[in-house]
Amino acid sequence: MDIERRNNVTVTGNPLGPTVVLAHGFGCDQNMWRLTVPALVEDHRVVLFDYVGSGRSDLSAFTEARYATLDGYARDVVEVCEALDLRDAVFVGHSVSAMIGVLAADLAPERIGALVMVAPSPRYIDDDDGYRGGFSKEDIDELLVSLDSNYLGWSAAMAPVIMGNADRPELGEELTNSFCATDPDMARVFAHATFTSDSRDDLKRVQVPTLVLECTQDAIAPREVGAFVHAAIPGSALVTLDATGHCPHLSAPEATNEAITGFLAGLR
Amino acid sequence: MTCRTGSQPDPHRADEEETPNATFAALLEGSAEELYESAPCGYLSTLMDGTIAKINGTLLDWIGLEPESVVGRMRFTDLLTAGGRLYHETHFAPLLRMQGEVRGIALDIRQAGGGRLPVLVTSVVKHGSTGEPLLIRTTVFDARDRRAYEEELLRARRAAEEARRRAEADRARLQDALAVLQQSLLPTTLPPVPGVEAAVHYRAASHDQLGGDFYDLFPVDGKRFAFFLGDVCGKGPQAAALTSLTRYTLRTAALHDPDPVATLRTLNTALHERYTGNDPRYCTVVFGLLEPDPASGEVAVHLAAGGHPPALVLRADGRTDFLPTPGGLIVGVLPAARFVTATTTLGPGDTLLLYTDGLTEARTGEDRTGLYGDEALRAFLAGHAGEPPHTVMEALTGLLDGFGDGLDDDTALLALGVPAHPAAGHGHDRNG
Repeated sequence: MDIERRNNVTVTGNPLGPTVVLAHGFGCDQNMWRLTVPALVEDHRVVLFDYVGSGRSDLSAFTEARYATLDGYARDVVEVCEALDLRDAVFVGHSVSAMIGVLAADLAPERIGALVMVAPSPRYIDDDDGYRGGFSKEDIDELLVSLDSNYLGWSAAMAPVIMGNADRPELGEELTNSFCATDPDMARVFAHATFTSDSRDDLKRVQVPTLVLECTQDAIAPREVGAFVHAAIPGSALVTLDATGHCPHLSAPEATNEAITGFLAGLR
Repeated sequence: MTCRTGSQPDPHRADEEETPNATFAALLEGSAEELYESAPCGYLSTLMDGTIAKINGTLLDWIGLEPESVVGRMRFTDLLTAGGRLYHETHFAPLLRMQGEVRGIALDIRQAGGGRLPVLVTSVVKHGSTGEPLLIRTTVFDARDRRAYEEELLRARRAAEEARRRAEADRARLQDALAVLQQSLLPTTLPPVPGVEAAVHYRAASHDQLGGDFYDLFPVDGKRFAFFLGDVCGKGPQAAALTSLTRYTLRTAALHDPDPVATLRTLNTALHERYTGNDPRYCTVVFGLLEPDPASGEVAVHLAAGGHPPALVLRADGRTDFLPTPGGLIVGVLPAARFVTATTTLGPGDTLLLYTDGLTEARTGEDRTGLYGDEALRAFLAGHAGEPPHTVMEALTGLLDGFGDGLDDDTALLALGVPAHPAAGHGHDRNG
C-alpha cells in the first residue's frame, strides 16, 4: 500500500534538518498548520499528513473497525513514520493528535524522539473520580448531531472531490471549505474515538522529552486538563499561551511557534 | 407587494405634496439602528477571541438575555450548546481563521428557558487597514423549519441507505446460493483417466442467473470412461432443473448401457416425457466414450451428438478439424430422435475439444454485431494444435477474456488429450 498517498503525506523544509511531524486534530486537516510550517522550514524537515478519513486522505482506506479507537490513528502515524523511515522525529500533535502521538511513541519508540502536545486532553468527559474533562456524555452526542446537521453542507463541498469531479469549475467555490469538511460518517467515527477516549493511563508511559502547550481560554481543553497532562508526564514542560480557543497555532501563531521552536532548539 | 424605485412617480400620489422619496424617508426614519436591532435575523459582533462586543435585539430575544449580561461578558461559544461548541472549536473557528469567512453552518443556540433554537450561522472577519483581523461579524438565522426539513431528508437518506444495504445483502446471499447450486450441477473434480489429460473451463455469463451449460467425465467400467458436454435451453431455475435431470439421466443411462446412441435415446425419452405439452424443454449434447489402449498409448473416441456444435480435433502435427456429426436432433423434442455418431483415435499430442455455442456465438467487432463463428475457432485452435489440453484451455480462457461484454451466453469447454510424452500424463498412467 502507498502510505504516502493514503495519508496525503507532504514533506517540506530543510532535508538536512531534524524531522518534525505535524499532526492535525479532529475537525480539519494538515492545512491547520499553515501558519506553523513557515517557522520550521528553515531548520527542519517538516512532515505533514492527513489521517485516513480526513482532508485529502484516501477515503477508501477507511474502515470503521480500524478507526473506531485512537489506536487506528496511532497506526497511521507509525506507518507514515515507517514509510519515510523516520528516526527520533519530533511529533507535534494538536488536540486529540497529542494523545495519538503518545500512543504512537509507545508503539514505535525508535521513530518518535520527542512530543509537542498542543491543547491536549486525555479525557474529555468528566469522571466520577473528580477528574474534570469539561464535557458530559450527552455533550458528545450533541456533537454527533452537529456533524449530522452539517451533512448537507458536506455533501455539496466534499462529494465532488470524492467522485473525482473536482475539475468542475462551478464547484470551485464550495471546495474552499473542503479541508474542514469530512465525510460525516467518518467524522462521526473519529469524533466518537476522540471524545470517548480515556488515555490518562497512557501518559505515564511517555519516556521522551515532552512539551505541553495550553491556552488561557480553551472551550475544549480547559486549563486543569493541561495541568493534569503536565503532572502525569514525568519531566514534561508546560507552556500556557496567551491565546483563546482551541487552536493557538491559528489564533496566536507567533507565540505558538516560539514555544515550539524553543523546545526544538533545546533538544539538540 | 410591489417595490418601486425612488425615481418613479407614484400615479396615485402625483398631486399630493409628499414625493415618494419623502414617503420612504418618513417610513424608514431611524432605519439604520432600527434595522440592526429589529432585523429578521440575529446580528453579533465579537472580538477575535470571541468576546461579544455587540448584539442585536432579535438575537437577545431569541436567547432571552439582557444586553448587559451578554456584552463584554460572554463569548459567542457561550451561546451554543456543548455539542455546537465542540463543532465550533473543531470546524467553524479554524475555517474562519483560515478563510476569513464561514457560511451557513448549522448550530444550536441555547435559550434562557432551557430550549434550543436551530440556527444557520455565517461569520465574516473584518480586517483593519493594514490587514490585521479586527473583529468577527456574525449573522444568525432562525433555521427551525429548514432544520426540520433537513432532518427529514437525512431520515429519508438513512432509510434509503439501509434499504440499499439490505438489497445488497440479499443479492449477495442470492449469488452465494446460485453459486452453490451451479457448482452442484458441475463435477467438482474430474477423475484421472489413464493416459489422458483433461482440462475444463466453465464461465457463467451472469452471476445473477444459473447457467445452462453442463459437462462431466466419469468411469463406466474397468476400461472405458464416458464424457459429455451440452447446453440446455433457457437460463435460471427452470434451466437448472433441466440440467440436473439431464446430467443424472446421462450418468445413470451410461452405467446401464454406455453406447452413446443408446444413452442419448434414454435422455431423449426422459426429457420428452418430463417436458410435454406447452412447456417443451430440450438440450443439445455430445456424449462419448474414451477407451485408452495401454499398449499403444492411443485413446479411441466414440461419440454421438444431438443438435450440438461439432467437436474439434487438434492433431499433434498441427491439423485441426471438426469431427462432424451432422443431422443429430436436439434432445427432448421428438418422441424418437435420431443421433449421429463419429469416431476417432487420439494419438500422443492429439486433443479433442468440446464446447458450447457461448464461445462461437460471442459477439465480436467494434459494434459487437458480428459473431465469432466456427471457422474462426478452428483457425484459432490450429495455432495451438499439439499443445497439451491445459495449455489449449489457457489460450481459450484468454480468448474468452478478450470477448469482454461480447459474451452473452454461458460457455463450457472440455478438452481431452493424450500427452505427447506418455510419462507426462496425468493420473494412474499405465505407461508411466
